[in-house]
Amino acid sequence: MDWDLVLSSLGPLAVGAITGTIPLALASFAIGIVIALLAALARLSPRWWLSGIARFYISVIRGTPLIVQLYVIFFGLPSIDVIIDPWPSAIIALSLNVGGYAAEVIRAAILSIPRGQWEAAYMIGMPRWLALRRIILPQAARVSVPPLSNTFISLVKDTALCSLILVTEMFRIAQQIAAFSNEFLLLYVEAAVLYWVICLVLSAGQDRLERRLERHVA
Amino acid sequence: MSPDPDELVEATEPPPEPMLEVRGLAKSFGDTAVLRSVDLDLLPGRVVCLIGPSGSGKTTVLRSLNGLETPDGGTLRAPLTGLEVDFSEPLTNATRNRVRDLSAMVFQQHNLFPHLTVLENVTEGPLRVQGRPRAEVEEEAHALLDRVGLHGKSGAFPAELSGGQQQRVGIVRALALRPQLLLFDEPTSSLDPELVGEVLSVMKGLADDGWTMVVVTHELAFARDVADDVLFLDGGVVLERGAPADIFTAPREERTRRFLDRLMRPF
Ligand SMILES: Nc1ncnc2c1ncn2[C@@H]1O[C@H](COP(=O)(O)OP(=O)(O)O)[C@@H](O)[C@H]1O
Ligand SMILES: [Mg+2]
Repeated sequence: MDWDLVLSSLGPLAVGAITGTIPLALASFAIGIVIALLAALARLSPRWWLSGIARFYISVIRGTPLIVQLYVIFFGLPSIDVIIDPWPSAIIALSLNVGGYAAEVIRAAILSIPRGQWEAAYMIGMPRWLALRRIILPQAARVSVPPLSNTFISLVKDTALCSLILVTEMFRIAQQIAAFSNEFLLLYVEAAVLYWVICLVLSAGQDRLERRLERHVA
Repeated sequence: MSPDPDELVEATEPPPEPMLEVRGLAKSFGDTAVLRSVDLDLLPGRVVCLIGPSGSGKTTVLRSLNGLETPDGGTLRAPLTGLEVDFSEPLTNATRNRVRDLSAMVFQQHNLFPHLTVLENVTEGPLRVQGRPRAEVEEEAHALLDRVGLHGKSGAFPAELSGGQQQRVGIVRALALRPQLLLFDEPTSSLDPELVGEVLSVMKGLADDGWTMVVVTHELAFARDVADDVLFLDGGVVLERGAPADIFTAPREERTRRFLDRLMRPF
């Protein structure tokens, strides 16, 4: 085993994680959650056209492979003269993808808050939006933390697909070093270990967050 | 000689204006007519207890008074605020809000906000909805909490309190809204027996202070002691109404008698 190569590739891979994988995941997650919240609220709206649009969006995202979504945006759209760079393409595709999955999580969380909470909010005089913002969403947010943490961990792994649309993230760097050194097994296993370590750290963080949030909930 | 005009006024003074006058309140869920025609008069400072079998619509009456349910018939008048509502016409949000502003409700399952502290539960409405100044609202909230025996609990979360304490916070949350009348929906029926007394005694204190209250309860001793009027709801109408002493000792209706018998001798 070529330990020198393991060590010398560690630096570039870590740079790929820090400047590629992690920012890609964070940006897509942040935007995706905003999309998800809007889609979840639209889906719960009594206006049929609004909930219809949201239902359609969620269905398309969940019913098609992420890799196809990436290809449509990066390789497909140029056919109609819409040319988007790798990074923005990746962020658009991943955000829309997270938005579709997280919308269902957030919708379920909102629906899990007992009716009595809405009624107490109305009783103290709140209109629907204020009740949602002050009473329902803060509770729904707590309920959503465990499943959304899982979504985030999946997203970190999914960013590897962005190597296919030429985003310089950790896995693309592993591919480049592998091709250059001809050590495919070594580089791909090394990348796998690094993804695993990142996910272990995230899981530990998830556990701590969940324990903190459990404190005041009946 | 004609009598002194002052005395004349005194002698013929009309009965006090009701705080709330409900006529013919009706509500159906699908094909089920839960309320057929319910009349309810509430004079200022009076306590009305609403009793009746499970499913007779007691909760629906209270929810209608608080605008949480939209009745499909009947009228509501609140002469002191000049509010008149005809429920057979579509209810606008503005009207619903005016109805809601009359009252504050204490729920059977307290429905406190679990993510907010006791103080925040109490001040949320006055601060965020009524827009009153924080210093005044918090001072009043602390005074009310002290009054119901919750001194030092303002920073606790609802889950850290006993059932009786939670329900007392629910009462303070209602009081802090400064409503004209208080609605209680079986406030003690989900409590452990040893916690019932602390809640009922707070409610009795409020009645003694002159609060106008509608109380749904199966606590007959409380009704006998505190209520001015008892209404027996059955089959979607008020089947019998009267002073507690009359209803409890000599009910006129057979169904009232059977209901009270079952309450007093459950087996
Ligand atoms: N939102 C609703 N939809 C359908 N049925 C309802 C609804 N709310 C209450 N009901 C029905 O109306 C009847 C009266 O309910 P309720 O007012 O809660 O009675 P009570 O408080 O006297 O037990 C019950 O049969 C109940 O099932
Ligand atoms: Mg009830």
